Amino acid sequence: MFQMSHSMVDMTPHPQTWLKTTPSGLYCEPGGFYIDPLRPVERAVISHAHADHARPGHKAVLATEGTLAIMRTRMGTEAAGGAQQVLGYGERLRLGDVTITLHPAGHVLGSAQIAMEYQGARAIVSGDYKRQPDPTCAPFEVVPCDVFVTEATFGLPVFQHPEAEDEIGRLLASVAMFADRTHVVGCYALGKCQRLIAELRRAGYDKPIYLHGAHLPVCETYRALGVDLGELLLATVAAKSALKGAIVLAPPSAIADRWARRLEDPVVCMASGWMRIRQRAKAGGVELPLIISDHADWNGLLATIREVGAPEIWVTHGGEEALIHAATRLQIRARALRLIGYGDEDA
Amino acid sequence: MKAFAELLERLLFSPGRNTKIALLRAYFATRPDPERGYALAAIAGDLDFPGAKPATLRAMAEARTDPELFNLSYDFVGDLAETIPLIWPPAAPPRAVHDASPELPEIITALRTAKRDAIPDLVAGWLDASQTSTRIALIKLITGGGGLRVGASLRLAKLALAELGGVDVDEIEEVWHSLEPPYLDLFDWLEKRAPRPSPQDKPVFRPVMLAHPIETKDISDLDWSAHRAEWKWDGIRVQLVATPHGKRIYSRTADDISGSFPEILDAMTFHAVLDGELLVIRDNVVAPFSDLQQRLGRKTVSAAMLTAFPAGIRLYDILFEGEHDLRGLTFDERRQRLEAFCAREHPARMELSPLIKFEVHHELAALREGAREAAIEGLMIKRGDSPYLSGRPKGLWWKWKREPLSVDAVLMYAQRGHGKRSSYYSDYTFGVWNEVGELVPIGKAYSGYTDTELLYLDKWIRNHTTARFGPVREVEKELVFEVGFDAAQKSARHKSGVALRFPRILRIRTDKPAAEADQLESVKALIV
Repeated sequence: MFQMSHSMVDMTPHPQTWLKTTPSGLYCEPGGFYIDPLRPVERAVISHAHADHARPGHKAVLATEGTLAIMRTRMGTEAAGGAQQVLGYGERLRLGDVTITLHPAGHVLGSAQIAMEYQGARAIVSGDYKRQPDPTCAPFEVVPCDVFVTEATFGLPVFQHPEAEDEIGRLLASVAMFADRTHVVGCYALGKCQRLIAELRRAGYDKPIYLHGAHLPVCETYRALGVDLGELLLATVAAKSALKGAIVLAPPSAIADRWARRLEDPVVCMASGWMRIRQRAKAGGVELPLIISDHADWNGLLATIREVGAPEIWVTHGGEEALIHAATRLQIRARALRLIGYGDEDA
Repeated sequence: MKAFAELLERLLFSPGRNTKIALLRAYFATRPDPERGYALAAIAGDLDFPGAKPATLRAMAEARTDPELFNLSYDFVGDLAETIPLIWPPAAPPRAVHDASPELPEIITALRTAKRDAIPDLVAGWLDASQTSTRIALIKLITGGGGLRVGASLRLAKLALAELGGVDVDEIEEVWHSLEPPYLDLFDWLEKRAPRPSPQDKPVFRPVMLAHPIETKDISDLDWSAHRAEWKWDGIRVQLVATPHGKRIYSRTADDISGSFPEILDAMTFHAVLDGELLVIRDNVVAPFSDLQQRLGRKTVSAAMLTAFPAGIRLYDILFEGEHDLRGLTFDERRQRLEAFCAREHPARMELSPLIKFEVHHELAALREGAREAAIEGLMIKRGDSPYLSGRPKGLWWKWKREPLSVDAVLMYAQRGHGKRSSYYSDYTFGVWNEVGELVPIGKAYSGYTDTELLYLDKWIRNHTTARFGPVREVEKELVFEVGFDAAQKSARHKSGVALRFPRILRIRTDKPAAEADQLESVKALIV
């Protein structure tokens, strides 16, 4: 635990007195900033660049270099924030009466847990995170704290993600088996797409990988930030014959839609933690479900709340009920933090 | 077990019927006896393990995890047979390098011979030794008494077997009910090591002839003088099979339902195969379908049930008379044989379904619309020269259903579906306004909407939930459905006093305020 909890009892104000839910999102009062606000605000600290956390139009934005770069790619330099300030992992910064540090969350490139220290207590808003290794971003860092705010996207014990390496193995086995067909993998443009590419490269796949046009810009940004992705080509301009036996990455909305008709007898694949529920994969018309997620699975969530050692957790979007139940059994105080609007992009 | 698990997984995710048949065929062609026979039995729903009931497995999984977490997970997944394998904690060390589950025949033997109280430990041991797909196959196998729900019907399996053996699928259908798992004689025949197993005089099921819905264009195009008309009764279609070696009542889908209707079985004192409609009939008046429902799916029938809901048959057709196969004759010829048969045998509890005389089809159209009698669904139109063929041949038989009635009702509760729709809110309870301005439920619908509408409804329900009761959500009383149904019937079970037959969603009326939905009084006025 961070500052011993008896000091919290004596004189330290409980984080619930200074971290407040507002219609715009979570507000840190003594620091004068919002965390991942849903509406344009004066001062925002952004955990990562997914659209449900990073919204356009804030006057001042504080985030990691990776997050700011991706925000600029996705929404344009101006909309990414009036004043953009980079804070590196582990650097300390004073905002108002609060000291803030950012720590890797392992979710996507640039993703950060936001740690806030105020009058002897430390609260961490972890944003979205995962505990599986990911070649495209820094691994989650365990930071002890008094209150840990956690997501619960996969907050049910049925969600146990297999190793990404094994799922990539299944994809490559299918590509070998159906050599005349195109494997089109539905995945989100930020994070999942680049991770899939990097995992394919790690597994020794060195052919060009084809992309839906929507996936290219963020890949370029990743490359500019030093992530090697190998040869990438646009599927839209490729000859149909070139796509035989190829792997194409596209947004989930495109894989079973008219866009996919340009592909050669496609095998529809989808990379998502939800693919663990077979009937859900089936209902989505997916032929090869790949359980690859950028969110912690059930065991990852439990391991994390144990490791950070916080006596209290606040649970945001997803399976709050189950995680609160499990935390309570571990003698950890737990409550739901009702924030609306998160969890709409990328699972 | 791994090969069987792999088959089930690939069947589930392969979209095309032909792909599924190819997968099944490859499996049957490459796996040894008796494994493939047991796999076939599992798909057929012919395996039953009385000692391993869903409740037992659920208790076993709850003991390994936590009852509360299990409940929440089951509510989310929507399928018990999937929840158990998914929630099963990873074996230590967490990453199972290989699948150490036993083979299918070994599992079946063990389940059949184990003492009831030893089964949870047995199954738990297998789950620990397996990877996820094998776990799912295992639980499906054990709980899937009525079929596996893996996206492959027994019919597809039979088509695959027909391909494997180079025989017509109807040849398999005709002997199917004389066979038993693991079907060694079937595979011997298909692989040319033995002659076709003979049904001899066993009371086997014969493939049923089905009708196409009639379209407006057909109505004007048909040569009506060549067609016969009869009522389409609202019961269940059955095949009565009586041979010197046994008697059976089969449903249209070849399920043996003899046990539920002992009085019909007793009345089958002849040797013939008849096609007819099973109904509840009192004093020669056919009761609504809801009465027949009381009799369906029962293993034993009490004397009180027999008196309160007496079953009878309206006969449509005759397939065999003694050992003579009449299926090659025309409908008109078979009809004559059927009439003569009835005049001679006078079978108890059965009578001919009358032919309806007509000169021009406009008369029929009027009859059909007028026929709001609860037990009539519409008309059947059959070509006089049609042989009795299996399946749904084109251009011979037509069904001409009544137009549905409809009511505007308000969505009240929603429940997650099962199978393909698990994790989507797809079952809707709807209600209408009573005289004191309260909504009262009048029915539940599971169909009629498109996939896009399902997504819309699922999202709407999640965003408008006011209360949760286990898997059921109560929603804000705002969304109006136009609900279609075939008939309104009096009901003692529903608080509203009315039950709808075949309710389905015709349209989502986002344009209509809930206050303008229908009144209970007007629904009751439709009761026949």
